[in-house]
Amino acid sequence: MKRVEAVIKPFKLEDVKDALAEIGITGMTVSEVKGYGRQKGHSELYRGAEYVVDFLPKIKIEIVVDDENVEQVTTTIVEAARTGKIGDGKIFVSDIEKIIRIRTGETDSEAI
Amino acid sequence: MLETDFKYIIDTFFTLFAMTLIIFMVPGFAMLEAGLVRTKNVSAVLTTNVMIYAVASLAFLLFGYKVAFGSFDSSTSSIWAIVMFQMAFVGKSINIVSGGVSERVRIIPLAIFTIIMGSVIYPMVVNISWGADMLRDTFLDLSMYDLAGSTVIHSTGGWALLAALFIVGSRRGRYQEGRVKVIPASNIPLVVLGAFLLWIGWFGFNGGSVGSISSVESANLVAKTIMNTNTAGLCGAIIAGVIMYIRYKLFDITMILNGALGGLVAVTAAADLYDMYTPILIGLIGGALVVFAVPLFDKLKLDDPVGALSVHLINGIWGTLAVGIFIQNISFMAQLKGVFLIGMFVFSISYTVLFIINKFFKFRADNEAQLMGMDINECGVEAYPEFRRAI
Repeated sequence: MKRVEAVIKPFKLEDVKDALAEIGITGMTVSEVKGYGRQKGHSELYRGAEYVVDFLPKIKIEIVVDDENVEQVTTTIVEAARTGKIGDGKIFVSDIEKIIRIRTGETDSEAI
Repeated sequence: MLETDFKYIIDTFFTLFAMTLIIFMVPGFAMLEAGLVRTKNVSAVLTTNVMIYAVASLAFLLFGYKVAFGSFDSSTSSIWAIVMFQMAFVGKSINIVSGGVSERVRIIPLAIFTIIMGSVIYPMVVNISWGADMLRDTFLDLSMYDLAGSTVIHSTGGWALLAALFIVGSRRGRYQEGRVKVIPASNIPLVVLGAFLLWIGWFGFNGGSVGSISSVESANLVAKTIMNTNTAGLCGAIIAGVIMYIRYKLFDITMILNGALGGLVAVTAAADLYDMYTPILIGLIGGALVVFAVPLFDKLKLDDPVGALSVHLINGIWGTLAVGIFIQNISFMAQLKGVFLIGMFVFSISYTVLFIINKFFKFRADNEAQLMGMDINECGVEAYPEFRRAI
């Protein structure tokens, strides 16, 4: 099992959610986060003076999937979240050791 | 009913109505300032504004009015309406000070300064310009024309603010190693509301200063004064927007509103004397001055979160001088003398008073208090307790 973490632009959340629902993803965890990458935020103007907004608002999606679905899920996210402009985000894939569904006690693949 | 009785009643009513409009500038200043500062300082800013209205008005009622005018006396309308009308102005000049030093000033020393400003400093300015005129027949006698206080109120507040900025200093971390750290406004809709309340209040400010509405001529004059007031505000807003767009390809609403207020301050000196078109030019220049003055004051490290120096000091001066430029039988030198003398007087006496108060009660909150926010340190009531505090 793998965890797919995607940091995306906030306004792309609907598109990504719909695209993932279409390929049969049944659940996800979403959080509002802030961060910056290579571009180091961007500059804005206030009363004639420029200032840098370091931490830009982003959305982080977390999904846990079986190993064989990873490729399809990441491709779907990339397609749905891409605008082609700076700051589209990143996807991280990592291993998951164990999953337990609290209500039933089911484990691993059955609990996804 | 006698015609004179009727005139008396109408003028009293008019004065009370104008006074009410001016009092609307209290929430105007409060909302404008609350929107331009960070959320952690909003309760403190609002408390200051309300306290200033209360403290300054009472100080003026008990002491200031007599300092300014000598005695309670009027035969043309109710003296109590006139007292209320004059009282409505006093808080404005101090609001200008409090706005410029917000986010780091403590309330108690500011309240003490408010008492002195409301009972002595501002009334002395009124005395030599509109009031009992204690300098009459001396070489310091002022013959400046200032309808509703471009100098008497706005640049008076501006000079006192300048003195206060030297005592209070800039906000924590605002100027570091030659760099200016921008601290953006927290609530733009409040800034808009506040600016428009001020704008509406200005109709009472300038219209009421004509003094009478009980004849056809004076009714016309009041209407023209209010129209001219409005015109300068419109043109101030437009030019600020245009300049911002030309320079940065962006519209900054805070600057546009400051531009409007700059135009309003500038036309205040003689909104009753100008023809229909002159206020356009006065407003355009006033609004433009604001756009260039804001970054200039930043370069001078005079940290003014709301732009009060640019709006009130610069345009108070410009507006007063403009009367000498545009009105034929008013001497430019007389206007300049008024600007200069009142400026010197207010700056030096304010600086001295502020310096002495600062010895006993520090005006500036320490860095930790500023970091936590003035709401917690001065009021205990946070304006937005549900927001996570951004430091």
